[in-house]
Amino acid sequence: MIAYILRRLFQSIVVMLVVGLVSFSLFRYVGDPVATMMGQEASVADRAELRERLGLDDPFFVQFANYLGRAASGNFGISYRLQQPVMELILSRLPATLELAFVSGILAFVVGVSFGVYTALNRSGMLSSSIMTLSLIGVSLPTFLIGILLIWLFAVELRWLPSFGRGETVRLGYWTTGFLTPSGRASLILPAITLGLYQMTLIMRLVRAEMLEVLRSDYIKFARARGLSNRAIHFGHALKNTMVPVVTIAGLQLGSIIAFAIITETVFQWPGVGALFINSVQFVDIPVMAAYLMLIALIFVVINLVVDLLYYAIDPRLRIEQSGARH
Amino acid sequence: MTEPVLSVRNLIVEFPTRRGVLRAIDDLSFDIAPGEVLGVVGESGAGKSLTGAAIIGLLEPPGRVAGGEIRLAGERIDNLSPERMRTIRGKRIGMIFQDPLTSLNPLYRIGDQLTETILTHEPISARAARDKALRLLEEVGIPAAETRLSAYPHQFSGGMRQRVVIALALAVDPQLVIADEPTTALDVSVQAQIIALLKRICADRGASVMLITHDMGVIAETADRVCVLYAGRLAEIGPVRDVVKRPQHPYASGLMAAIPSLAGDPDEKLAQIPGSMPRLGAIPRGCAFNPRCGYAFDRCRTERPDAYPAGASQAACFLHDAASALPPEVAGRAAEAGIQVARVPAEARP
Repeated sequence: MIAYILRRLFQSIVVMLVVGLVSFSLFRYVGDPVATMMGQEASVADRAELRERLGLDDPFFVQFANYLGRAASGNFGISYRLQQPVMELILSRLPATLELAFVSGILAFVVGVSFGVYTALNRSGMLSSSIMTLSLIGVSLPTFLIGILLIWLFAVELRWLPSFGRGETVRLGYWTTGFLTPSGRASLILPAITLGLYQMTLIMRLVRAEMLEVLRSDYIKFARARGLSNRAIHFGHALKNTMVPVVTIAGLQLGSIIAFAIITETVFQWPGVGALFINSVQFVDIPVMAAYLMLIALIFVVINLVVDLLYYAIDPRLRIEQSGARH
Repeated sequence: MTEPVLSVRNLIVEFPTRRGVLRAIDDLSFDIAPGEVLGVVGESGAGKSLTGAAIIGLLEPPGRVAGGEIRLAGERIDNLSPERMRTIRGKRIGMIFQDPLTSLNPLYRIGDQLTETILTHEPISARAARDKALRLLEEVGIPAAETRLSAYPHQFSGGMRQRVVIALALAVDPQLVIADEPTTALDVSVQAQIIALLKRICADRGASVMLITHDMGVIAETADRVCVLYAGRLAEIGPVRDVVKRPQHPYASGLMAAIPSLAGDPDEKLAQIPGSMPRLGAIPRGCAFNPRCGYAFDRCRTERPDAYPAGASQAACFLHDAASALPPEVAGRAAEAGIQVARVPAEARP
C-alpha cells in the first residue's frame, strides 16, 4: 500500500515537472520580457544590464531550477497587466471557480447517477426514453450555447435568476463565498447547470451502460436465485459494482469541470480564475497564463491521485492480500 | 407413493422473436421424489439450463413459460407473482451455477453474502445469522472458516469458491437444489470433491437435487434417475443404471455409445450420432430425432411420440409403442442393439 502511494506520488511529481517545463517555456518563447519592460528607447547596455540583473542570461537549467523553486513556494511573479502578484490574483479568484465547480460536480454526479440507475432499471419506460433523448442534447450542444439559452429563458424571459456575476459574497478569511447569501446562491444555479450538464449526461450514460452490464452478470443472477430482494440486488450488489469505473471517470471529470469552467465563466461573467485566464490571454499576460497552467495541472494530478486511492478503497481485488493464504 | 418435491407437467417455454415464436422446451414432464437426485443430460441447447431457469422463475425475458405447470411439493409455482416467487427462490429452491469464479460478487465479503442470504429468508438476529454462516462454511469444508468469513471471493480458488456457492445455495435448507453444471468450470481432481460434497450435504438435509450436466460420469456416480433431453423434448427418463447400461431411446443409446471407455481399444474410433441437433424453429415434423435416427420409420416422420414404458424407463419413441406398425427389419436391428421394442413381429423372432 505504502509502496503504491509512493510510486503514484513519484509519477505525479514527474508530471508536474514536465508541466513546469511547458509553462516555463512560455516565458522564453512568447516574446522577450526585457523588450516588454524597457520600452523602445532603452540602450543595448541598459538591456544587457537588466537581463543580467533579472538572471535572464543564466543558463537554461539554472533559470528553470529558479523558476521551479519559486513556483513551489507559490511565487509566480507579477502580472504584466494588473501589476499585482500573480499568486494573490489567482487566490482571490479561486474560491469563485471552486465553488462553481463543486456545485456543478455534485449536481452532475447526483443527477447523473440517479438518472443512469433509473434508465438502466426501467429500460423501456416512457420516462427513460425521454431522459435518454434529452441526454443526447446535453452531450451534443456546446456549453456556451446552453449557457446562453438558459440565460435567455430564466433570466430574460422568466426573470427568475440573475444572468451574470456572483451576487453578494461573504468574506471568510481568505475565502469569499456565495453560499451564504440568497443572491449568491441564486447566481450559482444557472452557471452550475451549464457547467455540469455535459458531465451529467456523460455520467448518466456511463452509469446506465455499466449497470446494464452488471445486471447481466452471473453474480446478479446468483443473487436473484438466492431470493434477495430487488432492492438489495439493484442498490446493493449492482450499484456498488457499477460505481467502480464510474468513480474514476467522475473524479477525472471534476478536473475537467475546473479546467473548462473558462467558457461558462466567460458566458456568465463569473469572476473566477477562468475569466482571469481569458483576460490574460488577450493581454499576453504570461505570468498569469503560466501560473494558471501549473494550477490546473496540479488540480488534475491531485484529483488523479485521490481517484486512484479511492479505486483502491472500493475494489478489494486491488488491495494487497493481508489475511490467510490463497487456497 | 409420496408426493414428489417437484412435479413438471407438459412444460412449454417459448421465446417470441421477430420471426415468430421459438419453442425451446416442448411438452416436458418429469417428477423429482424427496431426497432424489435427478440427472438431466443432453447436448448444448437441448434445454437443460432453460428447464432449471423456468423452475426457479428466472427465465431471461423475452423467454416465458407458455404452457404446462410446475408444482413444488404440490403447490403450483409457475404462476406466482414475482414477489411470491422471490420468497421461494433461495428458501425452498436453491440454485448453483456453472462458474464459481463469477457467481460471487467480487466486492462483497463471503460472510456478508452468506448472512445477507440468511437474513433475507429467516427472521433471526444478525449475530445468529453470522454464527449460521460460520457453521455453513465449516460444513462445506472451508478451512479456518472463522477468518475466511471476512475474505473476498478473489482470495479463494475455484474449488473453494464453488464450496462457498454451495453453502450459499443451501444456506436456508431448500427442499430442492438445481445444480446447473456445477463442475464444468473446475479441474477434474476438484470436480469429484465438489460432487461428493454436494451429494453429502443434500443427503444430510434430505434435499432433492436436479443435476444438470453433460458429464455422464458425474451422472452415473451421483444420480438416482436420469432424464435425457433432445431439442427441448424428453427422450428418455429412468433409473440411472438402466439408462446408462440399457438405453431404450435411440438418441440415449447413441449418447451412451459415444462415451469413451478407459478399457476400450485406444485406436478404436468413438461412436457418434450422424448430423447435429436441429436449430429451434427448424425442428422436423414428427419425432425431433427422426432425421438422425437409424431406426426411423414412416410413423416417426409424421407423428410425435409420447413417452412409452420401455423396460424400467420411459422413452419417447415409437419403438416402444405397441400400436406402431414396426417394419420387421427395424425391429430386428433395434432388438439387436438392446432396445426392448414393444412388439417384436413374428418374422423377426429367431
